[in-house]
Parts: sequence; structure tokens; C-alpha cells
Amino acid sequence: MLSDSSPAAASAPAPPTSAPPSVIALFLAFAKMSVAGFGGVLYWARRAIVDQHRWMSADEFNQTYALCHFLPGPNIVNLSMVFGARLRGIAGGIAAFTGLLVPPMLIMTVLAAIYARYGEIDALRRTLAGVSCAAVGLLIANVLRMMAPLVRRRDLAGLVMLAIVFVIIGLVRWPMPAVLLAAIPLSIAVTFAVRHKGSA
Amino acid sequence: MNPNSNPVWTLVWTFGLMSLFAVGGANAAIPEMQRIAVDVRHWMTDKQFSDIYAISQLSPGPNVLIVTLIGYAVAGIAGAIAATFAMCLPTAILAYGVSRLLSRQSTSRWPAIIQAALVPLSIGLMGAGALILAQTTDRSLVAAFVTGVAAVLASATKVNPFWMFLAGGILGFAGVI
Repeated sequence: MLSDSSPAAASAPAPPTSAPPSVIALFLAFAKMSVAGFGGVLYWARRAIVDQHRWMSADEFNQTYALCHFLPGPNIVNLSMVFGARLRGIAGGIAAFTGLLVPPMLIMTVLAAIYARYGEIDALRRTLAGVSCAAVGLLIANVLRMMAPLVRRRDLAGLVMLAIVFVIIGLVRWPMPAVLLAAIPLSIAVTFAVRHKGSA
Repeated sequence: MNPNSNPVWTLVWTFGLMSLFAVGGANAAIPEMQRIAVDVRHWMTDKQFSDIYAISQLSPGPNVLIVTLIGYAVAGIAGAIAATFAMCLPTAILAYGVSRLLSRQSTSRWPAIIQAALVPLSIGLMGAGALILAQTTDRSLVAAFVTGVAAVLASATKVNPFWMFLAGGILGFAGVI
């Protein structure tokens, strides 16, 4: 996730902003990047917004993404609303948001209906079980990739917080809201204390 | 379905609340989705949940659309739409509001501290999600091996995930897993 925000930023300072797009153009652009995006929409969003349409510079894109990443909820969905609203006000935000969500939601609904109808067929069950194995592997890889900077920095406090959340959510299975209501303030306090000590 | 409580409203408040706690994005909420869908509300079995996770990874669009599949399983098309918007709209509006506030220049170091504090939590949540899904999918040695190979390939190479899904699907179809 965090490592995603660097590659395009390295490109030469291109003349960023062209004329703001119409609401319909926003809807279509987000619809396109959403259904084109196998393996994550972020890559396609950056390509369309920064490289192709030049609606934002790479820096502006990174700043907007960082904000949406820091807030709760699906990052790329948050980004669509913030970005659309920045260019075309609330109507633009709604256009980008619905463009991003509605077309893949329709595809997903069709798949859900197929699964509800045929999900018990043995060949499909076996196939999906095989896909699940690979999907879990990818999720593990994603977790390891995100952990790597903490390990490299020897961020002991962060790794302990990570382990606590992993055990309480993954093994003990307590409800997420309750766990996070305690873990978020604790983690902020620990992070602040570590940095304060580091700078003192 | 229990006629006394409309399942669409259950979806709306369940996912609306969950989205506010999804620090780091949709994948961080996988453990909570599984806990509620399988253990608390019995909307589906753990096998169906891992199937749904696989389908959501196979289809285009943001990861968060796994909630569309859960919503459909609970209440058909109305459920699919309700779950999707409940999971996406509140935080999008929040992000819009915060982005308006922050457009004024800010020199506070708190945003950086809060962000640094949230990263380990979201990794822990995603790791828990992987563990929970693995408990369903990796019940045989071969299955665990496939997961391990996919994890290594995805960490060490730039192989397109599509090929790993395809390979997993073929092995599953052939009855190897």
C-alpha cells in the first residue's frame, strides 16, 4: 500500500493540470479504471488521473491518496469522492464515486447470482477452493510486504502492536470495533512516546 | 429469513459501522466480515465465505466489493446494493469533509503520528484475515503448499496474480487440492 505511492512520482515534472473534466467524463473515467483494474484499482487510477488525463500532478495524487489511506474505509473509493469533488464539486464527487462503484457492483451482483445458483456444484466448489488457496497466498505476501519496513527499522513498538491485534482479532476473535477503540489510542500513545524519546 | 427484522437494514448498519473501523482499507475488515457473516449472523458457512473472497479477488473493481457478494447472499439485489453503499458512502463523505478542512495549510505533526500508529494495526488486521481464511482453505497439505507457493511468488517476483489464480483454479478443478 504505502510502497504504491512512489513509482509514478519519480517521473519528470510534467505540466499537470489540463482543463477540469465534465461530470460525465469523470464518471466514465472512473468506470473505466474500475473495471480495467484487475489486481487493484490504484495502479489504473494513477495512470488515468496523472499520466493519461493530467487532471492532477503526481504529487497532488500522492497527497490525496495519503489522506484517503489515513482515513478509514476503502481507500480508492474515498479517493474517488475527494478527487471528483476537488475538480467538479459535489456533483463531480458523486460522479467519480458512482463511476468507480456501480459498474463492478453490477458485475459482482451477476457473479453472486451465479454463485447462489450453482455454488453447490462440485466442480465449481473445487475450483473456487483452489483459487482461494492462491488468494490467501497473495494476501500473506501483501502482509509481509507491508511488514518489511517495520522489521527493517526495528520498529519494536509497531511490531508488538501488530502482533497484539493479530492475536486478539485472528485467534481470540474479539469484535473489531471494541479492539480498535482500545488499540488506536494505545498505538498513538506508544508512537508519540517513542518519537518524543527519539527527539529528546 | 427472520421476518421481524428487515435484513437490508441489518446490512446497512452492520457495514456502515464496520467501514468506520476499517483502518487501512477493505482488506483490514476481512476478519470482522467473516466473524459477523459466519459466526454471529450465520449468513453463510466459512467455506462460502472463502469462496466469496476468491470471487471478489477474481473480479474487477475495488477489493471492498466483497460486501456486494455478502449483501446478495443475505437479501438478493437489494442487499447487494445496500451493503455496497453502506460500506462505501459514510467514509467517502468523511474523506470529503476532512479534505475540505485540510486544504488549509497545516503544520501539525499529528497526522503523521496517527498514520504511523495506524499502519501496524492495519497490518495486524490483514494478517488476521489471512489466518482466518487459511483455516478454511488450507486444510490439506497440498492446499497449504499452493498457498505457500503463491505467497513466495507474489513476494519475490512480479508474476501477475491472475496466473496464480488460474493455476490454483486448475489444480482445484482437477481435484488435486
